[in-house]
Amino acid sequence: MRERSNEEWLAALRGARREEAVADLRVVLVRGLKAAFAGRGRCELETSVEDLAHEALMKVLDNLDSFRGESRFTTWAQKIAIRVAFTELRRKHWRDVSLQDVLEKGESCFSGLDTVVDSAPTPEETATRRLMLETLGRFIEEELTERQRRALVAVILGGMPLEEVARRMGTTRGALYKLLHDARKKLKKRIEAEGFSIEEVLGVDDER
Amino acid sequence: MNSDDLDRLARAIGGTSEEEIGCDECFEQLDRFVEMELAGLDAAEAMPLVKDHLERCGDCREEFEALLAALQAARGSSPVRSVWGRLRRIFGVG
Repeated sequence: MRERSNEEWLAALRGARREEAVADLRVVLVRGLKAAFAGRGRCELETSVEDLAHEALMKVLDNLDSFRGESRFTTWAQKIAIRVAFTELRRKHWRDVSLQDVLEKGESCFSGLDTVVDSAPTPEETATRRLMLETLGRFIEEELTERQRRALVAVILGGMPLEEVARRMGTTRGALYKLLHDARKKLKKRIEAEGFSIEEVLGVDDER
Repeated sequence: MNSDDLDRLARAIGGTSEEEIGCDECFEQLDRFVEMELAGLDAAEAMPLVKDHLERCGDCREEFEALLAALQAARGSSPVRSVWGRLRRIFGVG
């Protein structure tokens, strides 16, 4: 496969020699995806790397005008392919998990039904930590909108990818990040206004 | 809830900045950021908001690490080459 400059890639993909360039780019994307996901279970991707590369190729060809030349063209294209692949992987991994399941698990820690394990050596520390958790739960109820609360609990405590939470909440990943950012700012402000430090409220070890 | 969950929540709230970029902005700049990393340059210093977002956002961080792996494989980059680039920058040699 021949090396191309950014300008040569763009000209080839837009011009008469498109088929050769498309084929070359497909090879680049497939190799990159295989390298990127080499550590994961092969069954997750082995049968679909070609399909993912094809989907990415279509996105690249549809968006050539948005390439700004700030990196190598193949890097930019590979970035798109990685995004396509992860979207698919996350959807597959989380397809049987409902947002409600994740929320219930995450919210249980604030009700005292669940307790912090493993690092509270005394009953007094356990009681203090539980009180602080309930306090944080109250702040979350009082300061955040319902959407902000659901997003925070699902992403940060539930561990669900932003992309998957966004999809279930009928929004975009970018919009969800902004929602979470606003939520975090509100909580930080409330905690500080009450005269607490984050570490104090959550009972975490400052030396972690 | 275990201490890792608490730690994650503490870091998420405590580390909040007024100025943060979102996933879309990070994605726009990720190719440039990764190439700087591969070249042994201080991408975090040059693009601090991207670095900050990657520390906060698990989705974007996964994609960054995967893109880095893909490009390292394609270019045959080695840890030695990366370290040498950083040494050059620290000591100001050509």
